[in-house]
Amino acid sequence: MEMADISGGSTIDHAFLRKAFLAMLRARLLENKLSSLYKAGKIVGGVYLGKGQEAVSASLGSALIQGTDFFAPLIRDQAGRTAFGEPLIDCTRTYLGSSLGPMRGRDGNIHRGRIDLGMPAMISHLGAQISLVAGMLFARRLRGDLDGRGGATCIGDGASSTGAFHEGLNLAAVEKLPLVAIIANNQFAYSTPTNRQYACGDLVERARGYGVGGFAVDGTDLLACASVISEAVRRARNGQGPQLVVANLLRLTGHGEHDDASYVPEETKASHCGRDCIEVAMRQLVEQGAASVEEILAWQEEIAAEVQRAVAQAQQEEPPDPYHEVWSAISTRFPLPVVQP
Amino acid sequence: MSVTYIDAIHAAQETLLRDDPRVFLYGQDIATFGGAFKATKGLAEQFPGRVFDSPISEDAMIGMAVGAAIEGMRPVVEMQFADFSSIAFNQIVNQAATHYYRTGVPVPLVVRLPSGGTAGSGPFHSQSMEGLYAQYPGLIILTPASVSDAYHMLVDAAALDDPVIYCEHKFLYRWLKAKAINGDHLPIGQARIVRAGKHATVVTYSAMVHEAVRAADRMAADGWEIEVVDLRSVKPLDLDTVLASVARTGRLLALGEAFPWGGVTAEIVSRVSEEGFHLLDAPPQRLNSRDTPVPYHPKLWAAHRPTPESICQALRQLLGF
Repeated sequence: MEMADISGGSTIDHAFLRKAFLAMLRARLLENKLSSLYKAGKIVGGVYLGKGQEAVSASLGSALIQGTDFFAPLIRDQAGRTAFGEPLIDCTRTYLGSSLGPMRGRDGNIHRGRIDLGMPAMISHLGAQISLVAGMLFARRLRGDLDGRGGATCIGDGASSTGAFHEGLNLAAVEKLPLVAIIANNQFAYSTPTNRQYACGDLVERARGYGVGGFAVDGTDLLACASVISEAVRRARNGQGPQLVVANLLRLTGHGEHDDASYVPEETKASHCGRDCIEVAMRQLVEQGAASVEEILAWQEEIAAEVQRAVAQAQQEEPPDPYHEVWSAISTRFPLPVVQP
Repeated sequence: MSVTYIDAIHAAQETLLRDDPRVFLYGQDIATFGGAFKATKGLAEQFPGRVFDSPISEDAMIGMAVGAAIEGMRPVVEMQFADFSSIAFNQIVNQAATHYYRTGVPVPLVVRLPSGGTAGSGPFHSQSMEGLYAQYPGLIILTPASVSDAYHMLVDAAALDDPVIYCEHKFLYRWLKAKAINGDHLPIGQARIVRAGKHATVVTYSAMVHEAVRAADRMAADGWEIEVVDLRSVKPLDLDTVLASVARTGRLLALGEAFPWGGVTAEIVSRVSEEGFHLLDAPPQRLNSRDTPVPYHPKLWAAHRPTPESICQALRQLLGF
């Protein structure tokens, strides 16, 4: 197992950093708005935020290329979705139940995707997307169209305990597929701390057992995430098989907006992993000369307006109509014609 | 020369690999070894790069197949035994079955389930899971009972854009023979009347079709003419053919090998009662296996599933009303 040296990060170019940071900012401002809408009773069902996980997610979304790579986001990947190219309106339409959204009211919140963008829609059952992405890549291999492509998915520390995680990563390793699995170790699976989730020292140790590349990274540090995750994606694309990245961080919010996260101890919040990755990234961008403070403030204003527009538009759109809904779960229309012998 | 039921399944996969470049086979021990039941024997050599051994990971096998299907392939997955598909249950009912409704993108996937009991197979190599999967929206459930159907329905299944659970009965694999693969090639979704009669209708599927026909032969000795309907596909359910038969006979026995609580036979009785109550001259009856795990010992096993004797008994009771 090769552990990447993450000390530098200076090799990451400014364009990448700006792209990732803009996605982080878009995600944060959008999610703040979603939280307000939820608390005002404007969203039916749950709201699940990626606050504190944006650096990891956006680094992955920025390292992947839409149209070439596949990305199966999970519950806390608004930043990664945005960086990968999902329009904000897909999010607001799905949360607000517009019939024009990608899920047309048939599924909600973070359970959305766009196969046409190479971004499948997650199911709630954790670990299930690993083998799904493996299959998407396997199909490309069979079609002779895998060269230079990669696929990625994110899970949390909790999902690393599922059988699906084990089966999926093992299968991808056996097939030597260009798959990157990122574990955002956010210290709590809903309310369960990591010492009730796994007994190994660090989840990245598991990489050796699967025969895949393994990287540990500080998930609060955009430069580190950008460097490590880009390298993991590069290695996967270059035929080095699956790569496992474990990012250490803290979820800076509840499991969902219904959850006050009172189970997170103050000392954890005050620890290194409790840093807000957006604040860290902002400093890093300025220090690196990738953006000025004025520029960042201007972005914030622009994005706030963008979020406002995406919410307003989705709110004006028609909800799905149960009287015109096609109540069929299959595309085949029976009865089928009789075959002439 | 004769063709067995498993020959037909083998031939169907050969046809698919030959005619459709999108098809690939995936399953445990199916490549060089040819599968636990030899349903893919020689295909890996005949079609290099199209037949793959999988790890013992039923969940990931189906997850992988769904991913490949949404990227344009037509995977045919062999579960070594239907029973083990319980490990893949999540990927089948939550990933594959919900995908089209949620996203508008269909999942053209066939999962072959070697199903049903054989003597000595015991609790974990004998299950009939069609009723369980039929409960979930988004799946097509096929239960071929003849050599020709085994062939044509598997070939047709791979042409459908939706996930298909193809339940092939292990008891029929080598026991059931035909002179050749021909048959009427009815479309998927249409039931077949395999034996005409006028006194009572047995609606059944898969291996139980043959037990029903045996029972009907015995009843004929006493002058009873029993009609046997082979559903062929459990979902969609061809209620028109069932109702038309019940209209002729006035009596219904729904017969299946699966466990008795709920399931396909309950669905048939329920639908006929709902839509054809006026056609019934007697209370509709059900006959299933017993409500225990499938036992190992041949003597227990033979008494666990419906037999020509127990079917005749159920029919006599039905005709006695």
